[in-house]
Amino acid sequence: MIYLELFLTFLKIGAFTFGGGYAMLPLIQDEVESHGWLSATELVDFIAVSESTPGPFAVNISTFVGMRTAGIFGAFCSTFGVVLPSFLIILIVARCYEKFRESRVVKGCMSGLKPAVVGLIAAAVVTTGQTVFFPLGISAGVFTSPAFMCSVVIFLAMLGLAIKKLHPILIIVISAVLGIAAGYAFQM
Amino acid sequence: MDNKKPRQERSQLMPLFLTFFKIGAFTFGGGYAMLPLIQREAAAKHKWINDDEIMEIAAIAESTPGPIAVNTATFVGYRICGAAGAVMATLGVVLPSFLVIIAVSSVLEIFSGARVVKYAFNGIRAGVLALIIRALYGMFKQCPKHVVSYVLVGVAFAGAVFLDTSVLLILALCALVGLLMFLRRERSGK
Repeated sequence: MIYLELFLTFLKIGAFTFGGGYAMLPLIQDEVESHGWLSATELVDFIAVSESTPGPFAVNISTFVGMRTAGIFGAFCSTFGVVLPSFLIILIVARCYEKFRESRVVKGCMSGLKPAVVGLIAAAVVTTGQTVFFPLGISAGVFTSPAFMCSVVIFLAMLGLAIKKLHPILIIVISAVLGIAAGYAFQM
Repeated sequence: MDNKKPRQERSQLMPLFLTFFKIGAFTFGGGYAMLPLIQREAAAKHKWINDDEIMEIAAIAESTPGPIAVNTATFVGYRICGAAGAVMATLGVVLPSFLVIIAVSSVLEIFSGARVVKYAFNGIRAGVLALIIRALYGMFKQCPKHVVSYVLVGVAFAGAVFLDTSVLLILALCALVGLLMFLRRERSGK
């Protein structure tokens, strides 16, 4: 049955992907290709779509594959499948964490995990920065192109607003408007 | 703050759903850009969690499978209203992506090929980068001020950017170093 198959496949994907984002891409590719749900090109195309829609990539791709394969109920089954493992695991962890957060082992591990998270976010700044400023790779001509200039201006403006603690939603909205304005002004 | 038990505040169920719906609708480009949004909505506005707990939640979300957005929603929801809260918050954070993908799935090529969408996302990506830097700054302030923790920041950063190490390996290593340092300090303190 297709619904059960969708549910179980995405349950597996949800249970075995750590780190979020595109870390789960190889596993997703394996699964959707072996089931014949999506070709490699379609998957790459969908990454572009996923970046233009809100929400986690895992949720986007599972909804899309489910919808394409078996309609709205299929989308529901696969999305439910991908979310369920995280949900159950966090439920257990949250319950234990309330009990053990004062324990020495948890405190000790946490004192190492906190800096690790800071380092991982710093890494995300670098990788995201690359896609913002050098979407086609670092090449000599790119520093003078209007697209690069616009990205720099929008980024600096938004950084200023973010530091002034403007509401994050407003920052997203303003940067979208600026992006559209710059796009039409320079015909990028 | 007394967080020993999840607070059973039924009246918070609807605010939980709506807040995480909002967070889900405006989270682009991976989970970290949502951290300032969570800080603003869940910590500053609703006082469900404090800034230090955001960092703990981020660490837990990283060390467990699944998208960070979903993990965070489930954790905060459970904190506030137990299992019912976890369901509401998770439903809220997932629903926007679910609905948007269903809506655009039939017009996928038209949607992602449209120039206005492309332009908007050139801008949004720059905005998202600013939000991630804001998250980095906020998290760095909460980070333990100790030379070992600065080294761990560097190790995690280098491992993720230059060595392409698995995130899980980085986290396990850092947790172990943190634990050893903690026990050593405790022993020398007594």
